[in-house]
Amino acid sequence: MAQMTLTEKILAKHAGVPSVEPGQNIWIDVDILMTHDVCGPGTIGVFKKNFGPKAKVWDLNKVVIIPDHYIFTADRMANRNVDILREFVKEQNLPYFYDVGTDKYKGVCHIALPEEGHTRPGEVLLGTDSHTCTAGAFGEFATGIGNTDAGFVMGCGKLWLKVPPTMRFFFEGELPPYLMAKDLILAVIGDIGCDGATYQAMEFDGPGVFSLNIEERMTLCNMVIEAGGKNGVIAPDQTTFDFINSRNKSKLPYTPVYTDPGAKFCFEKSYKVGELQPVVAKPHSPDNKAFARELKGTKIDRAYIGSCTGGKITDFKAAAALLNGHTVKVDTFVVPATTEVARGLKTEKINGKTLEQVFLDAGAKIGEASCAACLGGPSDTFGRLNQPIRCISTTNRNYPGRMGHKEAEVFLASPLTVAASAMTGTITDPREFLS
Amino acid sequence: MSKIQDFFQGKAYVLGDNIDTDQIIPAQYLTYNPAIPEEYKQFGKYALSSVPQAQAGLPKGHIPFHTDDEFVSPYKFIVAGKNFGCGSSREHAPVALDAAGIQVVIAQFYARIFFRNVVNGGYLVPFETGDRLCEKICTGDELRLETAATRLINLTTQEVFLLKPLGEVAPILQAGGIFPYARSMGMLKS
Repeated sequence: MAQMTLTEKILAKHAGVPSVEPGQNIWIDVDILMTHDVCGPGTIGVFKKNFGPKAKVWDLNKVVIIPDHYIFTADRMANRNVDILREFVKEQNLPYFYDVGTDKYKGVCHIALPEEGHTRPGEVLLGTDSHTCTAGAFGEFATGIGNTDAGFVMGCGKLWLKVPPTMRFFFEGELPPYLMAKDLILAVIGDIGCDGATYQAMEFDGPGVFSLNIEERMTLCNMVIEAGGKNGVIAPDQTTFDFINSRNKSKLPYTPVYTDPGAKFCFEKSYKVGELQPVVAKPHSPDNKAFARELKGTKIDRAYIGSCTGGKITDFKAAAALLNGHTVKVDTFVVPATTEVARGLKTEKINGKTLEQVFLDAGAKIGEASCAACLGGPSDTFGRLNQPIRCISTTNRNYPGRMGHKEAEVFLASPLTVAASAMTGTITDPREFLS
Repeated sequence: MSKIQDFFQGKAYVLGDNIDTDQIIPAQYLTYNPAIPEEYKQFGKYALSSVPQAQAGLPKGHIPFHTDDEFVSPYKFIVAGKNFGCGSSREHAPVALDAAGIQVVIAQFYARIFFRNVVNGGYLVPFETGDRLCEKICTGDELRLETAATRLINLTTQEVFLLKPLGEVAPILQAGGIFPYARSMGMLKS
């Protein structure tokens, strides 16, 4: 039997064949299809147009609908789109819908999916959002698709995919306290470029990866798309199983999959974690790499801590550890990814103070769980860059116009670097505050 | 219905590298639903509206994508550099180009999800080129493409370029997208 990478093995199993090779086009069975308020209405339109107005989704328990993008806005069209989701869920009787204004509301889909037990090792997850690749952190194949593909999957549970060759990134050593997963992935993207992994799988390996908690692993996989990657993946270990088993409400069985010894990688790169430094991606591309130190003194107008890649409890704990007892010098926006994270801000403590209290005392503003200003959105979106200002952000993209105004400048960095920069009003290496 | 024609002819609008989906259709306009025909049209109006002015319509830049008609652009071709369509999975991006009247994109290569969306949705015809044509063709040049021969003629300069064949996605584009293709292959009941 051919030696395969983790990604190839999952795809072979879901195509019902003993083995696959990179470049091969295959039809695979999908385990979970996720959509949200921005792409859901278009997906539902494609589904109905092609399968008929009375068609039913292929499997009720495999379609997950998570409104998260344009939630806390007065925009009528945005609210109309959530209504389209509601109507569809009712008509189809879908059990997994995390509706706005109810106790079930979650926030950002990529964090909501694992929190609610929709991610499992060895599975195939497709979602109408490019950051669906986040779920590779659980040892599964996860990638983003468009409305047409999603409408197709919705009706028949299958999709054609090209098997990607796998790139392997090996991290030696454990992270020092001034580095976070965001620094690792920004370093990788800076090195290979924002097209460096186009059509390829990115597998993360080594002690530097396996010493990360599950949230940090999600940050790593979240941004493979910023290098053009099809999926990012980390082999499951006890950290993965502990998390999955505590969340797998449906108790669905799963089969962990691992890369075979001798499997072929199309590219290999190794990093000594101890030699890396806090990284910042300058405007207007995630691969425009600089070290935080090199940008020392660069004035900023705003700091933003939030999104699927930078709005988890680990991110806020890191930021709060620096901000505790200090005040911010620029407008600082804190946006929890999900309602569970928002609750965590009220319960998790640093030196006896809740994270929420630390942020409020520092002078930051806290928003409600959603994608918020990460992708701009309607003009009344919390934290949106409505002016051509300069922002340092824990989010994942800084293309022109991404956070609102097309002449605004966005610098991407870890929550530690963003917090340190908020405290000084200039881009600051967090080592200046970590002795 | 397939968007592949034997010939394409029209003006080129030239862009650079890494034109991402936020530049193609900014997120604030994603509230329109492409499944509703009157709203589909709106995407044409805002297509390419976040491309920085200096990079809009190369080599000079500062060339508006729309002129007389606010919804439909006078250009039929987009010629771009590397990694066209990178960023988000929003199918609103190829929708916006289609709604604006773009029939063919010629880039060095595409970001994966954008390419899938173009092909599976059957919105337009995505050609790849070994040449860096975004530095050889100017915005406003009149182009003619002979599809089967993948021969691109710049009628303004009389230069001729050979594009890469469409390859394995050609049957899906010929069929008009993944649904008609899957039906023709017996994967879906019609």
